[in-house]
Amino acid sequence: MSARIIPMLGWLALAAALLATPAQAEKLIVSVSNHRVTVTPNYSGEELVLFGSVEKDANTPANRTYDLVVTVAGPRADMVTRRKERKFGIWINTDSRQFLKVPTYLALFSNRPFDAIASAEVQRRQQLGLNNVLLTQRVSGDYADVVPDDIFRSAFVRLRRQHGLYREETSAVTFLTPTLFRTGIPLPAEVPIGLYNVEIKLFADGALVTKTDTAFEIVKVGFEQFVATTAQQNGFVYGLITAAMALMTGWMASIVFRKD
Amino acid sequence: MRRSLTKQTRVQLYLPIADIPVNVFLILAMGAAVGFVSGMFGIGGGFLMTPLLIFVGIAPAVAVASVASHIAASSFSGALSYWRRRAIDPLLAAVLLIGGSMGTALGVWTFTLLRALGQLDLMIATSYVILLTTVGGLMFWEGLRALLRARSGGPVTLRRPGSHVWIPGLPLKMLFKRSKIYLSVIPVVVIGLMIGFIGAVMGIGGGFILVPLLIYVLRVPTSTVIGTSMVLTLVTMVFATMLHAITNHLVDAVLALILMIGGVTGAQFGARAGQKIRGEHLRLLLGLLVLAVGVRFAVELVLRPEDLFTIRQTGVAG
Repeated sequence: MSARIIPMLGWLALAAALLATPAQAEKLIVSVSNHRVTVTPNYSGEELVLFGSVEKDANTPANRTYDLVVTVAGPRADMVTRRKERKFGIWINTDSRQFLKVPTYLALFSNRPFDAIASAEVQRRQQLGLNNVLLTQRVSGDYADVVPDDIFRSAFVRLRRQHGLYREETSAVTFLTPTLFRTGIPLPAEVPIGLYNVEIKLFADGALVTKTDTAFEIVKVGFEQFVATTAQQNGFVYGLITAAMALMTGWMASIVFRKD
Repeated sequence: MRRSLTKQTRVQLYLPIADIPVNVFLILAMGAAVGFVSGMFGIGGGFLMTPLLIFVGIAPAVAVASVASHIAASSFSGALSYWRRRAIDPLLAAVLLIGGSMGTALGVWTFTLLRALGQLDLMIATSYVILLTTVGGLMFWEGLRALLRARSGGPVTLRRPGSHVWIPGLPLKMLFKRSKIYLSVIPVVVIGLMIGFIGAVMGIGGGFILVPLLIYVLRVPTSTVIGTSMVLTLVTMVFATMLHAITNHLVDAVLALILMIGGVTGAQFGARAGQKIRGEHLRLLLGLLVLAVGVRFAVELVLRPEDLFTIRQTGVAG
């Protein structure tokens, strides 16, 4: 009796799995060159490499060509964009817009322009390109993203891009073979510490085929870590040590340079 | 190619609190240059250092917090060498400190209030402009007049501007032996209070305002004025370091140490150079420097900025 129930349960589970993920013919296998970027005293930015391959199975249509979009999002934070205006002859901050929990680092890489990969509708739904990524703002008590050409949104994206913290490159992903791909993830020196999510989306014929994700983290180690945690957790002791260090330095200098 | 690359990374140092890599020699040179100026004129130099650090790309809050400890180091080394030359009036410094500590507390409270109301940046920028251009302009004018008088063969002695009839009339008189002056403690405490307040609100030591106030209002002789002002700067900046470390956790000790090493070295040479320059020349130079920084801030407010938009991170969310 029980011997017959077990295979039945197995079939049910398989059926459920098939219903949940309908007809996945391809699988993505990816890896980043380094899952843990350590910040050391001579750290000045780094470039990671993401590589992977598209695994096909029997259901996969032959000669399918693929497009790939990689989204790297750093730790999220609240930010304010302010606009200066001339008032009483001087330039002062007047209007401002708050961006809530937006990625501090955001990179979108693909193998060809987003317009060639998918329709505008799919681009919007899949958040392809900096214009389509959701950046939540607080607009007079409401929480929403706005049109891509909103001046605060575009100023925000432009400034982040100037610092290399937001990027969009539509030729960064290269297919080494029709199924094997790689892309570099440049991390400028001022990238924030934290967890970075990498989402890889595979497109074929203008539609999303499958997606997967991976992650890496940027961490401080050793002395940097020690200083940062002490400053955060033992502010008083840290202040005392810094003040003592200041007095010591001053005192030593007056001894070293003493002439009389 | 490869070698030059590693060489370049060698001078880069990652700052643990500011979270950016900086060129060690650049920061050392900046510390030394500001230290030279501070040693020469007996001022902290915060009004020069903070804008410089922000220019290099360090977050303003981290810059202000770390500069405080740098000023503490340079003013301590300066104060020690003035102490050995008996150029500090301990009693005058103590009385100034009473007012100074009250002013600092009041200033920190005002700072918090202003931040809650918004527009703190504008408030700081405008007070920089007003304060620096007025003080710098007055010092420059005074120095220029003294210089012209000396050139035309007249007596070099300062025409002590405004006889301040009300000051000698005040009660609670005290003899400040080292400075050889006899005056009421009230104006001394008030000046200390003002400097403490301005320092806490604007994030500067206030030495460049204190020195002329001591000279022109209290008539402290030039022999003790710089050393005494350094003591006040030292104590307020040690307090400021502690306050910033406890409340904002933004003091970058590594940045501070590099600045200090450059700063104390520069301050020693500055102090020596300052002794060789005549008083009125010194005031003229300092006036010019303060005026220049003030005008720079004014220009920034008046000219159309290159980018009308700015981004500031307001909080980390996971």
